[in-house]
Amino acid sequence: MARPMFQRSPIPGLAISAGITLTLLSLVVLLPIGALLLKGAVAGPERMWTEVNTPRIWAALWLSFRLSLLAALFNLGFGVTLAWVLARYRFPGRRLIDAAVDLPFALPTAVAGIALTALYAPNGTFGMLARDLGLKIAYTPAGIFIALVFVGLPFVVRTVQPVIDEIEREVEEASATLGATRSHTIRRVILPMLAPAALTGFALSLARAVGEYGSVIFIAGNLPMISEIAPLLIVIKLEEYNYDGATAIGLAMLVISFALLLVINGVQVWSRRRIGYV
Amino acid sequence: MSDRASSPWRPATEETPLVRRLLIGSVVVVLVLLLFAPLATVFTEALRKGWWQSVTSLAKPEAWSAIRLTVTVAAIAVPLNAIFGVAAAWFITKYDFRGKAFLITLIDLPFSVSPVVVGLCVVLTFGANTWVGGLLVDAGYPVVFALPGIVLASMIVTFPFVARELIPVMVEQGRAEEEAALTLGASGWHTFRTVTLPNIRWALLYGVLLCNARAMGEFGAVAVVSGKIRGQTATMPITIEMLYNEYMSVAAFTLAAVLAFLALLTLGLKTVLELRLADQLAATRHL
Repeated sequence: MARPMFQRSPIPGLAISAGITLTLLSLVVLLPIGALLLKGAVAGPERMWTEVNTPRIWAALWLSFRLSLLAALFNLGFGVTLAWVLARYRFPGRRLIDAAVDLPFALPTAVAGIALTALYAPNGTFGMLARDLGLKIAYTPAGIFIALVFVGLPFVVRTVQPVIDEIEREVEEASATLGATRSHTIRRVILPMLAPAALTGFALSLARAVGEYGSVIFIAGNLPMISEIAPLLIVIKLEEYNYDGATAIGLAMLVISFALLLVINGVQVWSRRRIGYV
Repeated sequence: MSDRASSPWRPATEETPLVRRLLIGSVVVVLVLLLFAPLATVFTEALRKGWWQSVTSLAKPEAWSAIRLTVTVAAIAVPLNAIFGVAAAWFITKYDFRGKAFLITLIDLPFSVSPVVVGLCVVLTFGANTWVGGLLVDAGYPVVFALPGIVLASMIVTFPFVARELIPVMVEQGRAEEEAALTLGASGWHTFRTVTLPNIRWALLYGVLLCNARAMGEFGAVAVVSGKIRGQTATMPITIEMLYNEYMSVAAFTLAAVLAFLALLTLGLKTVLELRLADQLAATRHL
């Protein structure tokens, strides 16, 4: 072995801290997730595939994935803009907005769900405005999109904001001195510096949206094939005591979120290399 | 050049006032539509039929038992996760070993798993028709559709919060202070209490706050394991759902307003703690 498993340390507490960490991690996280994998393995891939391979489940998985991607893309653009506004501009209410950005982290999803529904339902304040324009938001995929944007809102802002704070003004001045217009500087100098952090936030926002349940089910309408999200189908299968079916959808969602994280990690490594810093 | 001549001078590293106003304006519009209006709605809907209706809806036994259950769950899950967070942060930052990055990935795992899948995992581990769950039910200690399952589901969902807040702070502060205390003859426990704990207290408090907010508000994972038995296994968010589906709008939004108030309190404390944390980090950096 080139390197020992553990390097000796004069600091005491190794046994107790390692013991607590590994015991709780195993009991609380690894055992339950292991049970899901085991259940899938025992039932067999063929059984899992037949459970997932129905039009209703494909429609739900595709809806969850598609709307999560759209919401995460919106949050990417909006998050970078908001981070820029908060970091660079001074205007009344800035501190209030800065504090409020974290609201979706702190507000329970069920509370957000019923509040968004009350607002965007056809008889709600914004729902009525939309109805006058001939649009229906709540109880359609558009409502799901709004709920997913809400839950993913803070991620990009919170990853990008510290990076903007670190940018040296000299870099922008150099770019301007060399004759670049402001928009050119932003596109070619600033945005590439923000890209890795923004992608991290995008990934977090996407992962959160794919699995989101509480804020979505109230506003979704939950019509099979149209506005039914994948997590809701797990709940429905469990209510029917169809554990194999629930396991199959759960595994499909795990595969989707890990695949997403892998792809985005790859993109991040690539963009970091291209920009030339870690 | 012509537009620059006509407009007042502005540094080359700033956007034009028009662009600036447009950006601020659009950000404010989106935040009002998505953040401020929903928050205000919770309170206006709660008070739609007047104070008296809201207050009496809270006094009903259903609401009371939900509040009690939610507080009980948080009172068990949050301290356990805080102990885990401190132990994990100590283990990860004070020692060098292989597989550290992998361990951190495992700790963060609950963040990338859907809450509903978390609930499903608990049911598949401890449900009445599993081996372990069957034994526990026979012994008279059911986990699923009972308090232990709700606590476990809440713990999984909030598992990484405290550790995630502590690890960066403890990495930043290094090991030198602890090593100095130990060299001077302090015991390990004494060192932790008098050297480490004061250094990490704001980050710890911050992590505990976030953990608590999420544990009290968790819906998806709890919805799967609770069984939604009125007065017994219905937490506050679950009760909000039941009331809302029964068109008891005032009662649902009043309970929601209690949780929203808690969320606002969390955000307020968080803002204060962040300032403290920033001061402290700045102080240690300049030492």
